[in-house]
Amino acid sequence: MARVEPVVEAIAIHKSFGDVEVLKGVNLTVAPQELVFIIGPSGSGKSTLLRCCNLLEEPTSGVVRITGEDITGVGVDINQVRQRIGMVFQSFNLYPHMSALGNVSLALRKVKKQPRAQAEAKAHEALERVGLAHKADAYPTELSGGQQQRVAIARAIAMEPDVMLFDEPTSALDPELVGSVLEVMRELRNSGMTMVVVSHEMRFARDAADRVLFMDAGMVVEQGTPAEVFGAPKHERTKAFLASVSGH
Amino acid sequence: MVEWEVIRFSFFNLDTLLEIWPMLWRGWLVTLQLCVAVVPLGFVAGTILATIYSFRIKPVNTVLIVYVDFFRSVPPLVLLIYVTYGIPLLLGADIDAFVAVLFAFTLNSSSYFGEIVRAGIESIPKGQMEAARSTGLTRLQAMRYVILPQALKNVAPDLTSNTIELIKATSIASVVALPELLRMGRVAQGLVYNATPLIAVAVIYLIMLWPMVRLLSRLERRMMSSR
Amino acid sequence: MDVFLDEFFNAEVMLKYLPDIIDGFWVTLWLAFLVVISGLTIGLALALLRAYQNPFVNAGIILFVDLFRALPPLVIIIVGFFGLPFVGIRLSGFLISWLSLTCVLAAFTEEIYWAGITSVNKGQWEAARSTGLGFGGTLCFVVIPQAIRMTIPPLTNRTIAITKNTALASVVAVPEMLTVAQTSLAYAANTSPLTLAAAGYLLIFFPLTMLSRWIETRFAWKR
Ligand SMILES: Nc1ncnc2c1ncn2[C@@H]1O[C@H](COP(=O)(O)OP(=O)(O)OP(=O)(O)O)[C@@H](O)[C@H]1O
Ligand SMILES: [Mg+2]
Repeated sequence: MARVEPVVEAIAIHKSFGDVEVLKGVNLTVAPQELVFIIGPSGSGKSTLLRCCNLLEEPTSGVVRITGEDITGVGVDINQVRQRIGMVFQSFNLYPHMSALGNVSLALRKVKKQPRAQAEAKAHEALERVGLAHKADAYPTELSGGQQQRVAIARAIAMEPDVMLFDEPTSALDPELVGSVLEVMRELRNSGMTMVVVSHEMRFARDAADRVLFMDAGMVVEQGTPAEVFGAPKHERTKAFLASVSGH
Repeated sequence: MVEWEVIRFSFFNLDTLLEIWPMLWRGWLVTLQLCVAVVPLGFVAGTILATIYSFRIKPVNTVLIVYVDFFRSVPPLVLLIYVTYGIPLLLGADIDAFVAVLFAFTLNSSSYFGEIVRAGIESIPKGQMEAARSTGLTRLQAMRYVILPQALKNVAPDLTSNTIELIKATSIASVVALPELLRMGRVAQGLVYNATPLIAVAVIYLIMLWPMVRLLSRLERRMMSSR
Repeated sequence: MDVFLDEFFNAEVMLKYLPDIIDGFWVTLWLAFLVVISGLTIGLALALLRAYQNPFVNAGIILFVDLFRALPPLVIIIVGFFGLPFVGIRLSGFLISWLSLTCVLAAFTEEIYWAGITSVNKGQWEAARSTGLGFGGTLCFVVIPQAIRMTIPPLTNRTIAITKNTALASVVAVPEMLTVAQTSLAYAANTSPLTLAAAGYLLIFFPLTMLSRWIETRFAWKR
């Protein structure tokens, strides 16, 4: 069988902040349309790994390829690459001085250089997909946390990325608002989006993930299908972690 | 009674005022020109300095800090005299007094504006830049469309305050004989030999700046209560 | 380059006028010192007075503050020096400069102190009063210590900016540093004395500016 080109291929990623080595040689490969779910205790390096994938953090060593293109090499136009990698943050990071539509259309206009009308039509479409077309003119402060996060997702998908990175997208939300965001993520997954999700929503992982990856202390300790990792974890650390999160 | 008569005659002399009014008007126009040129120049230069500062390039930022602190430490009048005497000597040719004044004020006010805008930029959470960059915006685009609009709004009171200070500071151009408002007031005073022109100058400054001072107080109070 | 050095950093000229400039330096320093002491004190006094909330007194204070925030210091000095003699009040340039800058500094710092005082939570007042502390006691022992933290950074910035205006005293013939430099400049037909004066101002204000930068990061002026 011909080898399918992975969408994301991070090889032997090391990352240090000063003397502290946060990632100690992590490999991450994500196939097209795959949903990879990353779990692990706080401080294990999950966010740092995601941020290395779009070079918000520069890896100390290692190679990151996006659809085969080495983006860690010299002379790469990183802004060109980042258009193809959507990112959703724990704290939404919507631009408070712009409406929902403004938030979603900004990069379309300034990065993709689309004329205003076209960018806004596109942005409307994206808002439609997250169920917020009727909130296009609302400012972030006028939206609930769940709505803000959905606008943030719309902002990313409007760019039609090859892959979406989610860093704890529901951790800052009130429990009753989590569902709406997960619903949007499920839709995305069903439409064939390639996704990497860092989250503590184990139920979502069981239903939607193709692969679960457990990280601890800057390394990938084990990975496998949700059934394998959740049902029969091989490592003590995985077991301990799963026990601690299912305790409540 | 007599005293009031003296005060009225020397300070609030209507005949004098009517006589010298055209001079003050011309002076005021020059002051206005100065302000219209120097406020945007200082603001834009300061914003550029602050933007460069936000890139956090160590040696560059050291230079910027020295630049800013240097020009915040030298009295503007000293700078102004230095520039008006020095530049013609250096170039071996006279330069327009107006241009010299602009140059000196831009050096000075870009430092103050730079500090203010820097504080504004630093008040914006890191996530804003990251979100913008993650969608492919360049650093400059992110600055222009995402960070600066928020940053400037956050420091609006300080920007207003500095604008007032700068407008007030243009009065020192009178010392190097630029025919702005205060200069014309003094010339007029020499002609009529009473103090009415000076009082008139003060009143004109008050009319220009008092509303801005009031606005500033309101802005400051609003900022305080919105936190 | 030679022209430049000769014009701005002429050692011979500098050496010749250095003693005069040093005399001017002391005058500048003395004037600055007086302005800082009187301005900061009067500003504080006005802010404390304002805390008593007497409507007439407060209207007067606000008028004073607005007036001296809106008028350019040079205009105030010139009106004082060239205007007042017409009504028989004749004060020295030094006195006029000192008084003018004192009023300006007092006006600005009153606002800062006042912002500091009003920023202290009302609950603090109530808590202190409930323990039997009087108005003055509450102000001195509870409110002011908290207010100081947030007033120090803008206070230092403003004080430096206004004290630099001592150079304006040169316009009314006070023999301070800039005056001396300008006279020397005229005699020597060379800009070097002005370089000396600029260096003198840097000597006074550069450390202060750096200090204020340090204070700013230290206290992280939280509004
Ligand atoms: N910019 C930085 N400078 C210094 N240390 C950092 C920086 N970013 C992250 N770290 C450190 O790296 C380690 C891993 O951080 P990371 O945010 O990747 O963990 P995480 O697995 O996402 O944790 P959490 O579940 O709390 O989000 C932590 O110890 C953190 O303190
Ligand atoms: Mg994290």
